[in-house]
Formats: sequence, structure tokens, C-alpha cells
Amino acid sequence: MHPFPRVTVVCLVASRKFVSGSGSGFAVRIEGLEKGFGHWPVLWDLDLTLNWGQLLVLFGANAVGKTTLLRILSVQARPDAGNLWVAGYDLSRSPGSVRRRIGVVGHRSYLYDDLTCRENLVYYGRLFGLTDVQQRVEEALSRVNLGQRADQRVRTLSNGMQKRASIARAILHQPQLLLLDEPEAGLDHESTVMLQGLLEEWAQSGRAAILTTHNVDLGLAWGDLSRVGVLTNGSVHFQEPGRYADVAEFRRLLSESTGTGREI
Amino acid sequence: MSEFLRTLLVLVWKDILLEVRSRELVLSVLVFGLLVAVVFNFALDVTPQRVTALAPGILWVAFAFAATMAMSRAFVREREQGGLEGLLLSPVSRDAIFLGKALTNFVFMFLVELVLLPVFAVLFEFSALSFTLIVTIVLATLGFALVGTLFSAIAVQTRSREIMLPVLFFPVILPVIIGAVEASTRAIGGETTVGFGRWLPLLAVFDAVFLVICPWVFSFVVEE
Repeated sequence: MHPFPRVTVVCLVASRKFVSGSGSGFAVRIEGLEKGFGHWPVLWDLDLTLNWGQLLVLFGANAVGKTTLLRILSVQARPDAGNLWVAGYDLSRSPGSVRRRIGVVGHRSYLYDDLTCRENLVYYGRLFGLTDVQQRVEEALSRVNLGQRADQRVRTLSNGMQKRASIARAILHQPQLLLLDEPEAGLDHESTVMLQGLLEEWAQSGRAAILTTHNVDLGLAWGDLSRVGVLTNGSVHFQEPGRYADVAEFRRLLSESTGTGREI
Repeated sequence: MSEFLRTLLVLVWKDILLEVRSRELVLSVLVFGLLVAVVFNFALDVTPQRVTALAPGILWVAFAFAATMAMSRAFVREREQGGLEGLLLSPVSRDAIFLGKALTNFVFMFLVELVLLPVFAVLFEFSALSFTLIVTIVLATLGFALVGTLFSAIAVQTRSREIMLPVLFFPVILPVIIGAVEASTRAIGGETTVGFGRWLPLLAVFDAVFLVICPWVFSFVVEE
């Protein structure tokens, strides 16, 4: 038996009847997603629903497709098959509307080394067509505690500070959905607490977030806010919040789900 | 001001600011162009009788190679620092991204050419104050910028991008180089009307065609 039963299958089947092929009303809705690279399948038969006000923490071994899933949701990669709605918009039909409503923190900061933090944020703010750019930039910088380093060039900042600047860039336009790929990497304890506060704020304000992590302790703490999923065998297998109070048990189950083949 | 135009200006502003800070592109391309001028000045005996036959060719060899050099860096910084991914995550249209980058390349190249042209004029003894010559340079540089920006976006995704760019760029840009050399020959020789009659329309048509094709192809190049 697979260590991670797909506990949400029933509710997905039930809810599909009501949405009748539409993803509006959900933060994220995925039906039958497939994605592979050449002859190497990464994601298949992936169904996923994330409601507004929810936070989904995704675990998974290396190369199981966590980043690929986030790249597809952020319109950076095309799925091979499947229907996807993000923030109520069909990903294939309205990519521009989706981009306007998501904020992405990836492995790279997407910031220019020779511009200051403030200049980078002003640049992105203008690309997003924000009318009150300066005010939004100050708010975002203050939210990630980077106000005092705002006028330093990005290349002079430490990795952790660059990550915080990247988070500021992602929240600058107040997106409805945050997609974060291992956001805790490089962050110190205080910054991790700041990130947790940010995620709580996002969930409590009725928005949503999906994040991936390898840090079990941190991920389960964040997952208490909402849901925990494990990406393995091409699909997301959900866990009940709080079901694995014993971190060691969860860690053991997680270690069993390594590999990307259909059979483990 | 329309949103599209505002986006173009934001993209160009960012590239100019980055260039002012890093000084890695315009300066090196300018030095390269000056070196080409000096090398040709010593290598060829350009007498006043042969200036109309030789100077346009030399001028456009320098401009074309300088353009290749400039274009090869166009997307490298974006790629290395993740700026292109950041751009693609924004709701900005792919057309605006392409045209913003092409406009920046045009501005940088035109700036370099404006400095190089008087140097070539002094070394090879021809008049740079020719309206036809300036129009030729503007049209040809626009062609360089459009095609070069597109192929730069393609080449930057390959391992051997330094080799790939000229291999892709020169066969396509050949009509522009031929047209520019022919129009410049007539401009330097003082035949303004003939230059307008045949070669400048060729350059203008080339620019118009690639102004449509390049942004369209670019959207496929940057999507996975």
C-alpha cells in the first residue's frame, strides 16, 4: 500500500460536478495534469484543488516535479495535458490575467545585481502597472525588513537578504496567490518567522499560497495553517492537517516516497 | 501615454541604467569599432580615388561586427541574473519585451555608430554630413537590432551562444548589409537621389517585415 493515501479524491470528484469544468471560485484547480520531459514523465493524473484562504505545503523528493508544478502554475512551462485554472482564470486562455494575480518566489531572485533593491522593486511595480509604486515598494520593503538596505545594490546583499528582496518583489503587487519554491532556503530564523507571518496573513485574508520545501519541521508548522501534500508518483497525495503530529513518522513516510517512477 | 509605450520605456530605462552602472557593453563595442577602423586604415591604402569604393564596405564591416558583439550580450545579463524569467512572470506582453530589448539595442548601437562615424570619416577622408548616410545608418541599425535581438534570445539558450549568434545572424542580415553598403556608397559619392530610389526602400521594407515577424517569433522562443 502506498504510504500516502489520496484522502481528497472523494471531495474532488464531488466538487467537480458543481464546477462543471470551470475553475472559477478556487485559488487553484487542476484536472488531469500531465507533464514530461522527453520520454521521462514527471507529473501525471494530477488533480488538485486549493480553496481561497488555504495554504498548501508540498513535500517531495528531488526531481519529483515540485518546481515543475509551480512553473506550470506560474505560466512558465506548458503542461502536456490537463485543465488548469489559477485564481479563477483558465491558464491556457488567460495567461496574462493569471500572471497579474500571482507572486512567485523561485530559486533565483529575478533581481538585477547592479540595481538597488528599491530600483528593482520600482521596475517590477511599473511592469505590473501599479499606480502607487513608491508606496507599494516602501510597504513591501518594510514587510521583509529590508528598509535600511533598500538603496544597496543587490550584488552587495547576502543570499538571505536577496531572498527577502525576492519575497518583497513577489508580494509587491499584492497577488491573490503566492507560489513559493523552497522559500526558506538561505533565510535566518527571524526571516523564517517573518515568512510564516506573511503566509498566515495571506491565508487569513482569504488569499492562498502553495509552497514547496524539504524542511519537514518548518513545512509541518506551516501546514498547520492549512494542508500538507506530498508529491510522489506524479501526483499530490494529501495529508490531513495535524495527522502526523509525530514528525519522525512523517519523515519516515516521506523518505519512502523517493524516486519518480510509477512503482516505488 | 499608452500602457504599451510606458512598458517599453520602463524596459529601456532599466537597460540604460544597468549599462550606466556596469559599462560592459557600449564601451567595449566602441573600442572594438575603433580598433577595426585603425586596422583597416593601416591594412588598406584608401586613396581619395578609391574612398567611395572602399570606405562603405569598411564602415559596414565594422558596424556589423560591432552589432554582433553588442547583440551577443543583449540577453546574457537577463539570463545570468534571472531577469528574463522575472520579466516573463510579469503581465507584460511578449511583444513589449521584444520591442523594449530591440529598442535598447538600437539606442546602444546608434550611439556607438555616432561616435565611430566621424572617426571613420577622418581616417578615410569622406564627409559624414550626409542626410542619406544618416538615414541609411538608422534603417540598417534598426534591421540589425530587430534580427539581432531575436537571434540573441535564441542563441542565449544554447551552450555555444558566441558561435551560434553570428551563424544565425549574418545570413539573415545579409540583405541589410548589402543595401547599407550600396546606399552608403552613393551617399559618400554624393548621389543622394539614386540612394533613396533603390536601396533605402529595400532597408525600409526589410525593417517593416522583421518588425512584424521578430516579435511574433520571439513569443515562441521564450516560452518553454
